[in-house]
Amino acid sequence: MPRIVGVDIPKQKTVEIALTSIFGIGRKVARDISEKAGIKSSIRAKDLTEDEVAKITTVIQKDYMVEGDLRRDRTQNIKRLMNIGCYRGLRHRRGLPVRGQRTHTNARTRKGPGQSVGSKRKKKGPR
Amino acid sequence: MARSLKKGPYVEPSLLRKINKCKASGTQVIKTWSRRSIIMPEFIGLTFAVHNGKRFLPVYVTENMVGHKLGEFSPTRTFRKHSGIKARATVQKK
Repeated sequence: MPRIVGVDIPKQKTVEIALTSIFGIGRKVARDISEKAGIKSSIRAKDLTEDEVAKITTVIQKDYMVEGDLRRDRTQNIKRLMNIGCYRGLRHRRGLPVRGQRTHTNARTRKGPGQSVGSKRKKKGPR
Repeated sequence: MARSLKKGPYVEPSLLRKINKCKASGTQVIKTWSRRSIIMPEFIGLTFAVHNGKRFLPVYVTENMVGHKLGEFSPTRTFRKHSGIKARATVQKK
């Protein structure tokens, strides 16, 4: 099983698909990488030689930000927005949509599962 | 959509004039209505009072804010909390 930048161990799939299991690499980038490394993207991951794996690794390390680095970069960007107190940061703090979507309904991805809002009807008092 | 690079960053010309004057005379807070002006690197360390439609909110410009618009730091809407079970619970905690 080939190991590329850290923990990723795709096997049966073609290089183009297998590389997408790395965070930060999609189909397009995967194809670009195999092109830069001079490898056919239609080869199965298990058929890669050590040499080819090394080539892919160097290409990724040189040109792309993946996995932990990318995740850290992302959270830091969000943290920056929250710290400077701009509108987008405030939306992140609140856990509401950041890019101007409606919140009257929907926005469930950001808000999480729905909670009931408003007071329940009061019990009737003794007559 | 982002602004075309060809045009360059936009700052209200009147605001720029005001800034130059304030930098020369050393006055601290710059009152402005120009929420649409981009924060330039020269603005770092200045304090703006940015209008939000009702009041002027003080915005102290730091390095991280460069490239944002002044208006982003002066929210125009007030969020009123919902009454209800959850809100009451948080109030009681406080």
